[in-house]
Amino acid sequence: MNILVCISSVPDTTSKINFKNNNQEFDDNGVQFVINPYDEFGLTKSVMLKQELGAKVTVLSVGGPTFEPILRKALAIGADEAVRINMKPLDSFVVANEVSNYIKDNEFDLIICGRESIDYNGGAVPGMVSELLSMPFVNACIGLAVEGSKVILLREIDGGKETVSVNFPAIIAGQKGLVEESELLIPNMRGIMQSRSKPLSVLEPSNQEIRTNSLSFSLPDKKQDCTMIDKNNVEDLVNLLHNEAKVI
Amino acid sequence: MSVLVYAENWEGKFRKSTFEVVSYASQLAKSINSEVHAITFGNILEEELIKIGDYGAVKVYNYNKINKSNNQAIAKIFTEYQNFSVFIFSNSFASRSITPILSIKIGSSYVSNVVSLLDFNNKTVRKQSFSSKAFELVKINTEKVILSISSNAFGLIENKVNCNIELLDTELIGNLNIESQEKSRGKISLSEADIIVSAGRGMKGPENWHLIESLASEIGAATACSKPVSDSGWRPHSEHVGQTGKAVSPNLYIAIGISGAIQHLAGVNSSKVMVVINTDPDAPFFKAADYGIIGDAFEVVPKLIEAIKNFKN
Repeated sequence: MNILVCISSVPDTTSKINFKNNNQEFDDNGVQFVINPYDEFGLTKSVMLKQELGAKVTVLSVGGPTFEPILRKALAIGADEAVRINMKPLDSFVVANEVSNYIKDNEFDLIICGRESIDYNGGAVPGMVSELLSMPFVNACIGLAVEGSKVILLREIDGGKETVSVNFPAIIAGQKGLVEESELLIPNMRGIMQSRSKPLSVLEPSNQEIRTNSLSFSLPDKKQDCTMIDKNNVEDLVNLLHNEAKVI
Repeated sequence: MSVLVYAENWEGKFRKSTFEVVSYASQLAKSINSEVHAITFGNILEEELIKIGDYGAVKVYNYNKINKSNNQAIAKIFTEYQNFSVFIFSNSFASRSITPILSIKIGSSYVSNVVSLLDFNNKTVRKQSFSSKAFELVKINTEKVILSISSNAFGLIENKVNCNIELLDTELIGNLNIESQEKSRGKISLSEADIIVSAGRGMKGPENWHLIESLASEIGAATACSKPVSDSGWRPHSEHVGQTGKAVSPNLYIAIGISGAIQHLAGVNSSKVMVVINTDPDAPFFKAADYGIIGDAFEVVPKLIEAIKNFKN
């Protein structure tokens, strides 16, 4: 089985978010970049599938040279091969096009993405790729099992869970539950050594059409000071929520 | 230039978020002197369907033979409405399983987590970005556009009109097999909730969650939790709110025994009002909160439940 895992490089979840160039660009000064947390669940799952069923795992990123550390990390965790498409990921559409072109040239049975990236939160690439390649798409997956030529998925729906099955090839978007947080693989020394000799290829993009532009960013307004209420007068809180905040 | 809205239903009933997106679509249509039509899937009674008209939609197309879990089939149905140029969806899992597919089918732009009305003159819209830590102004370069609206960003705007119903019995099989469904019954869903009571490690263990549940039921809230709580298996993952869980934006968010790490705040700081109950006066959450109580949850929460009971009487 050939598995492709799409991963993105995002600011660590503890990062303070700031912008530069007239608020037109994210300020990455002093920011630590990590594998997008939603993608990490899929990466670990694919390495588990490789151990269970003997799959080949390729990781793919669309991004500049700064994306290479996360690809090396994915190789150290257990992926066999890494590919970077050398382009600034300007919008979901251009990324989806690049990803689907790569998939067309290389056969995959299963493509695993994260539900969304924690930077631009578009949540659009996996679904777009599915349509560009006429594959089934299952979003928000919290469980995955391979059965012959089918993959059984448990997905979160609004107000519950749903089990669906699709035939290969298919593309899914995962989140926590695909594997547990405690199961997430981290690189060990052997993996890190091996990752150095695994292939990481860089491809040039084919077409650069974008459908949306990011014009500028802003930060939420500063909150007013917190009104403190004595723990022995909690009825004051209820009154404030009713009369002042008008939320109950 | 008409506006088409996806009116999601759950077992034949519309929820608040559906009326919210219809309200949004109506505001948008009004700004360009146009009208709003809606599409919905599954068996729905007429008396329910016409409620869409309360928020300004003049027509609703009801496909009663299409399973709404089949994202690809639904996207295909939408392509039959190419005379519309603006497509409005909620930010639900169901909507976001359809929107990217549809955007490729119709050659449109797609923007999710939208928090402003679409500016038709400049072709711009504002969305949440960096997991609610920031906003982003996005320019749309295509003629058609699909927007997923962030929940509770607009609220309901009543605008009663006559709503015509058109029943369609098109059958369409998608490319997924729906095997089974498991519904979380009797619970308010997090994305829909006006009030959320959320708790963290300060609750010391899952056996103490009855306090959180009593408070939630007393105040009509959904329950949520922090990441460490869901990672330790005290509560299901579906309750985890924060940067890597669900982003929520209720009118009232009550955080109990949660310190307020930046990752947690990212998922909740678009809540309208935040209340924090924590033993540690230096907990970072107090800086983001509107109202705070320094105290032990085991002492404060029972008092709060009492106070709410008294208030309701």
